[in-house]
Amino acid sequence: MRHVKANEAASLPAALAVSAVSHAYGQKQVLSDVSFSIARGCFAVLLGLNGAGKTTLFSLISNLYDTRRGTIRIFGHDVSREPGEALRRLGIVFQARTLDLDLSLCQNLSYHASLHGIGRTEALSRIKTLLAQMDMGDRLHDKARSLSGGQMRRVEIARALLHRPPLLLLDEPTVGLDIQSRAEILSTIRELVLADGISVFWATHLIDEVEDGDHLIALHHGRVLADGRVDEVVRSCGVTDIGAAFAMLSGVAPVQAGGEHR
Amino acid sequence: MTVQSVTDRIPGGPNGPKGFRARQYFVCLKGILLREGLRFLNQRERFVSSLVRPLLWLFVFAAGFRQVLGVSIIPPYKTYVMYEVYITPGLCGMILLFSGMQSSLSMVYDREMGNMRTLLVSPFPRWFLLSSKLLAGVTVSIMQVYAFLAVAWFWGVKPPWTGYLLMLPALFLSGMMLCSLGMLLSSVIKQLENFAGIMNFVIFPMYFASSALYPLWRIQESSPLLYKICLANPFTYAVELIRFALYGQVDWKSLMVVVAVTILFLGGAILAYDPSKGLLSRKQDIGGNA
Repeated sequence: MRHVKANEAASLPAALAVSAVSHAYGQKQVLSDVSFSIARGCFAVLLGLNGAGKTTLFSLISNLYDTRRGTIRIFGHDVSREPGEALRRLGIVFQARTLDLDLSLCQNLSYHASLHGIGRTEALSRIKTLLAQMDMGDRLHDKARSLSGGQMRRVEIARALLHRPPLLLLDEPTVGLDIQSRAEILSTIRELVLADGISVFWATHLIDEVEDGDHLIALHHGRVLADGRVDEVVRSCGVTDIGAAFAMLSGVAPVQAGGEHR
Repeated sequence: MTVQSVTDRIPGGPNGPKGFRARQYFVCLKGILLREGLRFLNQRERFVSSLVRPLLWLFVFAAGFRQVLGVSIIPPYKTYVMYEVYITPGLCGMILLFSGMQSSLSMVYDREMGNMRTLLVSPFPRWFLLSSKLLAGVTVSIMQVYAFLAVAWFWGVKPPWTGYLLMLPALFLSGMMLCSLGMLLSSVIKQLENFAGIMNFVIFPMYFASSALYPLWRIQESSPLLYKICLANPFTYAVELIRFALYGQVDWKSLMVVVAVTILFLGGAILAYDPSKGLLSRKQDIGGNA
């Protein structure tokens, strides 16, 4: 095992570097000069209300949309110029459910494995391990249609991890889930950061999914309002919690898990 | 966490080889083919309806029109043929046409449901992913054609045995052309609801304004304008390519037209799904929200 020294680590490219990115749908400007970077092994939260531009940003990062202005780099690989190298380092959980309901969990995950060039034997071994980690080991041959919302999400997370990406993108993964499922998914992802050193970029509009040690990027009307550790952002705003800080920066009260504005 | 654990997760390692090996391309293609096959098997109604449609034309329409429409001796036929025999290649084309459009319909559905995004975020080149998806759709279409021909055999449509094998490349090319057209259409269709209207403006005109149901000389006799439209319709050439291949011959003009139009449609579809050149990012319609 080769150990990387601290100064060598500092010279390595960031897990995700977004630089001066803007995007518009026709005349409607959705993102304006968005810049930030996420360090390796960091849990970063993209906090913003609905319509802030979170999903558009995720679509640009995942190369579904072309980055016309600015650059996005994943572990140093430009998404526009080296999409293959960038995307193989990226695991994505989309906001909308993307499992094929008529296929079994094994078939769904095998399909994803093949989209990353992973052979059948290796794929099956990884699928069994990941589903077991998600407490879904006994559902291998069940149709996706038979799962609850929380279970589907866990399978989607397993799917996103199947090709062992060092960066995981999750676009509002707890939307529509009950409190217990939300807590389980959040804790699973946080454990991944601690245990495997995976970098996570978690988009949400719920302030109670944000913790003090997280890296926060607050997005509002397509602009970055704050970029830094949560406790630092709170301190710089001169308030006591992230909800008050977000309200102060955006002029709009954020949303809590119950769906109510503070 | 350590930096080491992160770099370990990067496929191939931090200094590992870039890109994919040929074997991995094959794994990807196999996975896409398998998924399309599983989806088709899971949708038995789709299989049944794909068979019922041409069989209705063969059993009912052809039986009724047999006495009305005389078919003279025209290549590739060496003698007078029953009307059922004449329209069989057209009905094979019809299966490919409907199946091609249905596969593009499934792409619009996949896009609305978000499944399309799982394909498009694969690290393999976009042209390879779309071509593989196309190939999967064509393979399913060809299986439907052979199932139809098996039933038609019992109805007296008995081309030479070698024709079944020789028509395979013609079916493949025609299927590629029609599926490419479907894929191109799916890239410009924003919602599933819009698809039905476009189907009516594409499928039926293409099918009826072709040599699928009547020989071109008969159309020329009744309407010179319609004849010219038929000549401009690529589906005419797909049908003729299949018709000649079924009797062990090659219609070179049809072959060239089908190949050229396939390249045109497929190129258009790949460009349309390319994030840097296509329309998708301007339309925000890959199932995403702003």
